Amino acid sequence: MFRWIVVRDLMLAWRRRADVLSTLFFFVIVASLFPLGIGPETQLLRSIAPGVVWVAALLASMLSLGRMFQGDEQDGTLEQMLLTPQPLYLVVLGKVLAQWLVSEVPLVLIAPLLGVQFGLGSDTLLILFVSLLIGSPILSLIGSIGAALTLGLRGGGVLIALLILPLYIPVLIFGAGAVDASINGVSSQANLYLLGAFLVVSLVFAPWATSAALRISLE
Amino acid sequence: MECLRGDRRLFRDVSFSVSPGTLLQVTGPNGCGKTSLLRIICGLTTPESGKIKWQGAEIRSLAEEYSRSIIYIGHRIAVKEELNSLENLRISGGLSGCEHSHDQARQALARVGLAGREYLPARFLSEGQRRRSALARLINCSAVLWILDEVMASLDHAAVSLVESLISEHLSAGGMAIVATHQELHISAGSFHRLELKPPVSGGNASLGSPS
Repeated sequence: MFRWIVVRDLMLAWRRRADVLSTLFFFVIVASLFPLGIGPETQLLRSIAPGVVWVAALLASMLSLGRMFQGDEQDGTLEQMLLTPQPLYLVVLGKVLAQWLVSEVPLVLIAPLLGVQFGLGSDTLLILFVSLLIGSPILSLIGSIGAALTLGLRGGGVLIALLILPLYIPVLIFGAGAVDASINGVSSQANLYLLGAFLVVSLVFAPWATSAALRISLE
Repeated sequence: MECLRGDRRLFRDVSFSVSPGTLLQVTGPNGCGKTSLLRIICGLTTPESGKIKWQGAEIRSLAEEYSRSIIYIGHRIAVKEELNSLENLRISGGLSGCEHSHDQARQALARVGLAGREYLPARFLSEGQRRRSALARLINCSAVLWILDEVMASLDHAAVSLVESLISEHLSAGGMAIVATHQELHISAGSFHRLELKPPVSGGNASLGSPS
């Protein structure tokens, strides 16, 4: 059943490619505006790079969160998912996995390319990639709680941002911190380990909270 | 059972049981709580008071075991516009735990009159055809209790008699069905009961305890 959810969401995303691409282009454009606006001061660009790329990734991932459950809620598929003979936890995990694959993985893959604009070295680009690889599933997991809570509300998009962005702060600090450490020639291990710990915690608790929020939204 | 929506009481003191081979038709004027009643029976909504029991155990405690025994087709029929009828059927079957093979799905779609339109994305289908493709879920489905909410809406005569024959087959195989509809149902098998919900008292404020 888990497989069906993931396959279905990937198929739907493929048929609605424009939505996926718009998230990716948003990320690319936001991250590219900074080098253009600041000018070719390598030292300054290098020092702001971790924060800028990470913040752009946070904002881009906000864009796709609103769609996570909305379509399924409108056509009644979400009701059917609540009635499947499997725990809702697994349904949510499947949806989060699909959302991550569709909306976050492209950002993670293209981030090193954006890092080049900021004059980052190859070691740092690798750390940027790894930190996003660990951090981005956390964004999807925590984001799913906000998406479920704001389901069916008008103006839900802004509300999701207000609810979820504060929860993203630890991810931002340690994700950008890892890249920053690498730029300054310090080991990024501690930051990455902490990100990993966040990932495990959110993997356990976020789908559970999302399930509860979905049940309330569909009452 | 008693059901409140906001501070409006839709119904109270509703009580019934359904046994194998029985069809329960829920009727009543618009806004009297038919959909709410069906959603309560599914376990999607919690009733204000009262219990729903499946084979003697409360559905809350049965959780997924109960979900395996029911199939629900609601107002919103859960047909994805981007997917074609075949994909819609196979995916919703896969989600509800009764997987269709490719051929089974094609046969089911042929039965509901969608032969030749299997590969058409649902957004190109008419409303009636979309509803037909949702009905295909009932075929090859192992659920004992069918909960159907206004499935006859925007269906033509042929499709209505198809629904009736599907329900009759299901009942004669020992299944149960709870159907909310205003139309007369002509069922050739099983026993037939009707539950009529009274219109809620207008302006009735349940929290003040007005009589219903």
